[in-house]
Amino acid sequence: MTNRPLPGSAPPPGPSAEPPSREGGPDRARPGATALPAARRGAGSGPAKGASPAPVRTAARPGRRGGGGRKSPLARGGWTPWLYLAPALVVIGGLLVYPVYQLGLISFLEYTQAQVSGGEPATFQGFGNYATLFGDAQFWQVLLATVLFAGACVVSTLGVGCALAVLLTRVRAVPRLALMLAALGAWATPAVTGSTVWLLLFDPDFGPVNRILGLGDHSWTYGRYSAFALVLLEVVWCSFPFVMVTVYAGIRAVPAEVLEAASLDGASQWRIWRSVLAPMLRPILVVVTIQSVIWDFKVFTQIYVMTGGGGIAGQNLVLNVYAYQKAFASSQYSLGSAIGVVMLLILLAVTLVYLRLIRRQGEEL
Amino acid sequence: MKTQGFVRDFARRSVQRPWRLAAEASALLIAAVVAFPLYWMALSAFKPAGEIESTEPRPWTLDPTLDSFRRVFGQQEFGRYFLNSLIVAVTVVAVSALIAFLAATAVTRFRFRFRTTLLIMFLIAQMVPVEALTIPLFFQMRDFGQLNTLGALILPHIAFSLPFAIWMLRGFVKAVPEALEEAAYIDGASRTRFLWQILFPLVFPGLVATSVFSFISAWNDFLFAKSFIISDTSQSTLPMALLVFYKPDDPDWGGVMAASTVMTIPVLIFFVLVQRRLVSGLGGAVKD
Repeated sequence: MTNRPLPGSAPPPGPSAEPPSREGGPDRARPGATALPAARRGAGSGPAKGASPAPVRTAARPGRRGGGGRKSPLARGGWTPWLYLAPALVVIGGLLVYPVYQLGLISFLEYTQAQVSGGEPATFQGFGNYATLFGDAQFWQVLLATVLFAGACVVSTLGVGCALAVLLTRVRAVPRLALMLAALGAWATPAVTGSTVWLLLFDPDFGPVNRILGLGDHSWTYGRYSAFALVLLEVVWCSFPFVMVTVYAGIRAVPAEVLEAASLDGASQWRIWRSVLAPMLRPILVVVTIQSVIWDFKVFTQIYVMTGGGGIAGQNLVLNVYAYQKAFASSQYSLGSAIGVVMLLILLAVTLVYLRLIRRQGEEL
Repeated sequence: MKTQGFVRDFARRSVQRPWRLAAEASALLIAAVVAFPLYWMALSAFKPAGEIESTEPRPWTLDPTLDSFRRVFGQQEFGRYFLNSLIVAVTVVAVSALIAFLAATAVTRFRFRFRTTLLIMFLIAQMVPVEALTIPLFFQMRDFGQLNTLGALILPHIAFSLPFAIWMLRGFVKAVPEALEEAAYIDGASRTRFLWQILFPLVFPGLVATSVFSFISAWNDFLFAKSFIISDTSQSTLPMALLVFYKPDDPDWGGVMAASTVMTIPVLIFFVLVQRRLVSGLGGAVKD
């Protein structure tokens, strides 16, 4: 909320910002915050305050940048922030960062059933696995399908979610509550459950949808595109509520005075939307877009359950399911890992775009 | 609330009466469409077997029966699976909420070196495709003897929900005025006391909103249960129990729908409980 330039945050936190002035943190961080380069770099910078037995008082000395003046008292922390961060860093480091490293490692090794059971040593393959992967026509086809499918999911989810959020602001309490509850129900439905229910709804023999649409016994999961379309409908159904509720909450959080002033100034509805609401909602829209990209790119359960593990002859595979099949069904762990790395890199690229957007908006991290 | 009132006025004044009625009618219609799969799920769970497999599906049933539910609960260990799912989800929600609260406080209320770097790292960590990590996690869990235990499901989900939870809670912690903090210290509160007795209750709506996401990710988990619980099925969770009834060639639709209904109810209860806080929570999270 505060855009007031806080003393410590105004300059971009380059390593050379003001090394000697902030002693506390990194030095004392070492016991708690493992595996952080922070500790190493910080060690040489401070004038040996690390050994002081009264950390809090030292850190609280007034007049220092980042600690004194009108800073919040809690901010004079010394080692405290690292203590608070320690559990998070340990868990994320151990179960997220380290597995990512391992994923990269395995993708460069020969790693199949023989290596897993310890029968043969894992041998270094260099980019061999990637060469195999990129030489496989199916991989490119699955990659393309994943990107198009995820893109279609994101666009549809955002479109439906935003439209219904606007609709929510235009109706009275009863229809609003009805729509909100229905959406929460869809959101709450577990992915496996939703997948089977949608299969039943679109079942060629027993499903009501074909009857309502008069499609006879048309099978939705048989054709490649209709199977993808069916999964897309399910994905949109269970993920639009997040967008709708978030955007609706965002519209509601716009201060009344702003809208009032705009309408007093004679702005039209469209003008209010374009010039007042849209800019204020932009951060929210960026957040929901990014979350949708992440979620939809990683869809696994729906594809796996609804198309029976990737569709007839793998026609409905997406990268996730493809990697799973390679790794666990055919024990080609290295190839599965290489696919995982490709996914990671794509999402990393998306993240960097997101970061640039945040930075361009001048938002403080 | 003033904002709310104004948005309502805004709606009332801006939309002509027939248009508003059309909007309300379409809202109700859309609500019905969105709720229809859930209705059909519950309906099919109560239909007798012959009626589900009828090629003329009816949107009601004349003789509801509990047969499907009996079959589901009669299946060995279904109760066990249910309990396992609850243990996993509740542990993940509680532990990640606590850890995320501490971490979010650290990155918002303190200025320290590498703070921004850490924030960016949390953001990047959010993007990591969890499913891609199944392979290394499988070996990691094997090496730590966690395969076939609930730990193999709990630990990764805590790690995966943390970055998003921290990122989201940040907005809530930021919104607590610093003056309040100063006042607390002037009144002689210790930092720990401020953290747990003042900040924690104030941030609680945010914790509720974040817990929705960690609850869903843990409760929905399908891939890890499928990959990490391989031999000791008593450690499995609900999605696996559901798939006992779902055989792609010849699904027992009654069983699938009854199991689905049982599996959805706890989440629905959870959502109804947090509904109000969720909306205000998301509003608070995205405002900053």
